[in-house]
Amino acid sequence: MRASTTEKVLNYVVLVAFAAQALVPILYVLVLALQPERIGDNSFWHLENFATAWEQGHFSQYMTNSVIIAVLVVSLALVLSLMSGYVLGILRPRGGDILFYVFLLGIMVPSEAIVLPLFFDLRDAGLTDTIWAVALPQTAQSLAFGTFWMRAFFRGVNPAILEAARIDGAGDLRILTSILLPLGRPAIVTQVVLTFMWTWNDFLIPLVMSPSGKMRTAPLGLAFFQGQYTQGSTLLAAGAVLVALPMVVLYLLLQKQFISGMTEGAVKG
Amino acid sequence: MTAPIMPGTAATPQSPHAGDPRPRRLLNKRQGRAVISVVLLALPLLVYGLFMLYPLGRVLMLSFYRWDGLGVGEWVGVNNYVKTFSDDRLLGAFLHALILIIFYAVIPLAVGLVLATLLTRAQMRGLGFFRTVVFLPQVIAMVVLAIAWRRIYAPDGLLNSLLRGIGLGALTRTWLGDFSTALIAVGLIGTWVSTGLVTVLLMSGISNIPKDYYEAATLDGAGWWRRFWHITIPGVRAEILVSLTLTVIAALKTFDLVYVTTSGGPGTSTTVPSYEVYNQAFRLGSVGTASSLAVILTLVIFAINLTINLLGERD
Repeated sequence: MRASTTEKVLNYVVLVAFAAQALVPILYVLVLALQPERIGDNSFWHLENFATAWEQGHFSQYMTNSVIIAVLVVSLALVLSLMSGYVLGILRPRGGDILFYVFLLGIMVPSEAIVLPLFFDLRDAGLTDTIWAVALPQTAQSLAFGTFWMRAFFRGVNPAILEAARIDGAGDLRILTSILLPLGRPAIVTQVVLTFMWTWNDFLIPLVMSPSGKMRTAPLGLAFFQGQYTQGSTLLAAGAVLVALPMVVLYLLLQKQFISGMTEGAVKG
Repeated sequence: MTAPIMPGTAATPQSPHAGDPRPRRLLNKRQGRAVISVVLLALPLLVYGLFMLYPLGRVLMLSFYRWDGLGVGEWVGVNNYVKTFSDDRLLGAFLHALILIIFYAVIPLAVGLVLATLLTRAQMRGLGFFRTVVFLPQVIAMVVLAIAWRRIYAPDGLLNSLLRGIGLGALTRTWLGDFSTALIAVGLIGTWVSTGLVTVLLMSGISNIPKDYYEAATLDGAGWWRRFWHITIPGVRAEILVSLTLTVIAALKTFDLVYVTTSGGPGTSTTVPSYEVYNQAFRLGSVGTASSLAVILTLVIFAINLTINLLGERD
C-alpha cells in the first residue's frame, strides 16, 4: 500500500509529537538537574550537582543495596525457575498441571496481599531489615513468572532432541545444562532483563521490609531524599537522574529484549 | 525398596530397556522420574510456599481480626469487610481506583488504537527509534517519573509556565494540591506511562494482520472507518485484551505514584486501595482493616484476569 506525501508528512508529525510528549518529562528532570543550586544564577551545566546529590542522598549505599538485591533475586529466581520449569515442562510428572496453576496464581497476586503478613512474621523472626526480608519475597514473585516462562519455553523444545540425548545416555542434569541452557538463551536473557527491571524499580516490598531504612534501595532512597529536600529541586532532580540512569542505559543496550519480552510475555500470559 | 506391581509401571513401550535381561535397577524409569521431579521441585516450592502461598493464607486470616500489629489480635469476623464498605475514606479509595482505570487503561487504549493504526499503515523510516522512545517510561522507576511530574505540576512548573505563555494564566493552579484537579493530575501521569506500552503492543498486533485484507476491502469500496472497524479491531482483539489486563491492574495497584506525589491528599482526594493498605497497617495501626483491603484488591485483580481471559478464549 503506497501512502501519499501528505499522509506521510502527517504520519511524521504525529510520530514526532508523540515521541516528544514521551520524552519531555524525562528531559525536564535532566535539565533541572543541570541548573545552578543558587537562585538568580543563570549558568547551566552544573555536573557537580550529581556528585552533591550522590553524597547528600547516601546513594552509594542505596545503589549498592539495589545491586546486591537485584543480583540475588535475578540469579535465585533464574536457577529455581529452570528447575521448576524443567520438571513442569519436560518431565511432566502426575499432578504437574495443578502445580503449574499454583505457580500461575503467584503472577496475579499483588505485593499488597503478601507484604503485611510477611512483615509481621519476619519481624517476629528477627529478619526484617535484613537483605533476605527484601530479596526472598521478590524472588518468590519472580519465580512465579519464571516458572511460567521457562515451562513455556521447555515445552516448545523438539522432543526428538531430548530423546536422542537420553538414548546417548545423558541424564537430566546433563540435558538441562548441555542442551536446554544453550538453546534457551533468548528466553533466559528475557527473564533476566524483566526480573532485573521489576526488582530494581520495586517500591512497596523494600519500603515495608526495612523499617529502619538499612536495606533501602535506590528508588526508596530517592523518595526519602524528596522528603528531606522539599526546596532544593535541583539536587532532587539530580538524584532522580542517578536512580533512573542504570535502568535507562541497560534499556538502551538491550531494548530488543525489553520490548519483545514485555510484549511476548504479556501476550503469552 | 520393593517395586510396586502396577499396570504400566514395568516395561513401557517407549522404554529402551524393554525386555532388558540385566538385573533390575533399584528404581524403574517412572519412579526415577518422580524422584528427580521431587528433588528439583523441593527448593522452588519451599521459597514459593514460604514467601507467597503462606503469606497469602495469612493475610486472609488477619483480615478477620482486629489487630494493631503488636498485642494479641481479636477475632471480629467479617467486621473489617463491613467497615470497608461503610467507611467513606476506604470506599473513596476504591472509587478513585475506578477513575484511575479510565486514565490508565481506557484513554491509552483509545489513543493507542488511533496512533497504532496511523503508524503501521505506511512504511516509514525511524519506527524503531520511535518505539524505543515511547516505551522508555516503562523502564524508569515510578518514583523518578513521579518526581518529574511533581515539578511539571508545581506552581512555578512547566505546565503553569506553559499556560501563562499562551495567555491562559487564569487557569494556573497547584495541580496536585487542588481538590478538584489532584486525582486527574495523578491519572494523567498514568495515561502518559501507559500510552507508549499500549501503542507498541497494538502496533505489533496490527503488523500481523495480512495486508491483503486491507487491499481486498479497499477494492470492495470500504472506507477508512469500515476497514478500521471490521479488520483492524477484530485483528488486534488479543492485544486489546492484553493491554487492558496490564493497564487496569497497574491502575488498581497504584502505590508509589500516590506515595510520592500526593500521599493521598489533599484531604483524601487521591487515596487508592494499595495506599490505604499501607496507611491503615503502618500509620493507623489497623492491620485487620489493611488485610481486608488487600484481600478485596487481590480478588478484584483475579476477577479481572479471569474475565479478560474468558473473553479472550471466546472463539
